[in-house]
Amino acid sequence: MALPENKAKQKKVQLQICGVSKDFDGTLAVNNVDLDIYQGEIFALLGASGCGKTTLLRMLAGFEKPSAGSILLEGEDMARLAPYQRPMNMMFQSYALFPHMTVENNIAFGLKQDRMPKQQIADKVAEVLGLVQMEAYAKRKPHQLSGGQQQRVALARSLAKSPKLLLLDEPMGALDKKLRTRMQLEIVNILEKVGVTCVMVTHDQEEAMTMADRVGIMNAGILSQVGSPMEVYERPNSRMTAEFIGSVNLFEGELVVDEVGYVEIASDSLESNIYIAHGIVGSEGMALAVAIRPEKINISRTEPAQAHNKARGVVEDIAYLGSHSVYHVRLPSGFKVLASVANSNRQIASDEQQRITWGDEVFVSWSDSCAVVLYS
Amino acid sequence: MKAAAERKIWRPGRSLVIAVPFIWLLLFFLAPFAIVFKISFAESQLAQPPFTNLVEWAEDMLTLSLNLFNYKDLVEYDLYLKGYLTSIKIAFFSTVFCLLLGYPIAYVISRMPPHTRNVCLMLVIMPSWTSFLVRIYAWMGILKGNGLLNNLLLWLGVIDQPLAIMHTPTAVYIGIVYAYLPFMVLPIYANLVKHDHSLLEASADLGAKPWTSFLRITLPLSIGGVIAGSMLVFIPAVGEFVIPELLGGPNSIMIGKLLWAEFFNARNWPGAAAVAVVMLLLLVLPLTLFHRYQARDLEGREDA
Repeated sequence: MALPENKAKQKKVQLQICGVSKDFDGTLAVNNVDLDIYQGEIFALLGASGCGKTTLLRMLAGFEKPSAGSILLEGEDMARLAPYQRPMNMMFQSYALFPHMTVENNIAFGLKQDRMPKQQIADKVAEVLGLVQMEAYAKRKPHQLSGGQQQRVALARSLAKSPKLLLLDEPMGALDKKLRTRMQLEIVNILEKVGVTCVMVTHDQEEAMTMADRVGIMNAGILSQVGSPMEVYERPNSRMTAEFIGSVNLFEGELVVDEVGYVEIASDSLESNIYIAHGIVGSEGMALAVAIRPEKINISRTEPAQAHNKARGVVEDIAYLGSHSVYHVRLPSGFKVLASVANSNRQIASDEQQRITWGDEVFVSWSDSCAVVLYS
Repeated sequence: MKAAAERKIWRPGRSLVIAVPFIWLLLFFLAPFAIVFKISFAESQLAQPPFTNLVEWAEDMLTLSLNLFNYKDLVEYDLYLKGYLTSIKIAFFSTVFCLLLGYPIAYVISRMPPHTRNVCLMLVIMPSWTSFLVRIYAWMGILKGNGLLNNLLLWLGVIDQPLAIMHTPTAVYIGIVYAYLPFMVLPIYANLVKHDHSLLEASADLGAKPWTSFLRITLPLSIGGVIAGSMLVFIPAVGEFVIPELLGGPNSIMIGKLLWAEFFNARNWPGAAAVAVVMLLLLVLPLTLFHRYQARDLEGREDA
């Protein structure tokens, strides 16, 4: 789990965001964000709409001025540079392709601004068109292309100038679900082939986790957690991140037994204490939350043998999602536990009798090591 | 192909809606034009009506007499040729001036926050709430020898002799540009305000300075509005009568004035009709070009 972090640490820092804030008439859209982006990595800023992620991206591009803090690209301060002077390019959510220009001219636009010789421009255009496999469409106008093709052209245009930093604003926002999954991996492949450092913004956690090497969770202008997709999912550092990424069972409680090798947490939602098989930093009586992912919760008709971490409840709802089912189990305290069970066997009608179904009395249980203690 | 097939489906409501403007144009545009066209081939006479019939029925003989004399007149007297040329010249330069003034106005208004934008649009439109004639008379008061403008300039000491603006082509230009400016500003504004701001951001992001972005992105995308505005100014300006009559002098005899003189002074209805027909033909040309452009523009958008 620590591997990606180490790998990233060895790399050179490409972009430094130091204490950047953005104040829009008294509301802090971005609040004191510190972040290092490493060379060649794909970094995703993930957050709900209005969390400030787009504002942060627009400050990188130069469309917004930070109210405080500085942005350094390869050590150079970007503050004085207008958007057209910055060695970074952005792929816009709407793609922002120039409607009156052909695909070719759209891509050549940035190169022409650098007064590159004609032949060199033609070569570069052909190169990036090949990269996104759009050679056949060079003479088309944007409105003659499908959404997926427009996206490829937009990507090619933003890569044409070989930027030191590529910014992607909701890259899949305008595509349908099916195309989205395909393009996510395809874009990652292209970006890795080019080796460009990339910061993307998305509200779709699946997209962020598929595409990015590291993810930054933003909430209300604050960058609340940064880490590899696995880290932020398995080791959330706050209630907010735990709830934002995936679904989670959050038990509010207080620390009642604090030993070196284990702790116990009492929660109003559960009749018995939550047992955690490792020590934590804290003192008895301290208010905490315990997060357990639904797929880490077992559900059974018979009482499990383990001494701790189990509860009796009634199945209230079952959401059948194909690959897995989510059981909503109501505990005597009224707390609803989500348990996700992989449908690894084919479900057929004759199984109906054995399967756990609505109204069944069941036990939910989890292992001593899969709960995450959250302080904030 | 599919679209063509769809168009053939009979929809009574649709036909009715289309029929209303068609009938309107037929009754109030095509029919009067047919009458004018007919009169232009007649001969002038002192009678009621003051022109001859084209079709005559006498002694079992049906005669159709088309008199081309009026059109011959137009070619032979360079008064008319000059009139047409003056009209087109004045209309053309007025359009250019309107464009040079109107585009920046439209651009600035389109970039304003919505509230101030509406106020400014109001200010553009508001003068037309006053009678056109009154506003031109007001210009007479401003431009004449001892008018407001000359008095102001004399008082400021910029000049020591009153400027002779009144009854010169300059006065006609001022009048036409003033009167038709809103017709230039509004279509350009309507175009510019729809522009996607992210295109300019993309252009800046790709390294284009603001002026380059304007030339390469904003201007080409607003060309539809520029053409619409230019047509709305050029076409009525060619036939303008009131402004050159009130503000112009003997050097700026426009075709509208000639038409008026032919009709009311010479009482030569067929001659006036011929002048009108030729003027219309001259205007149909740019109009057709405009419509062709607009159709192409719409086609492009439908595909999108």
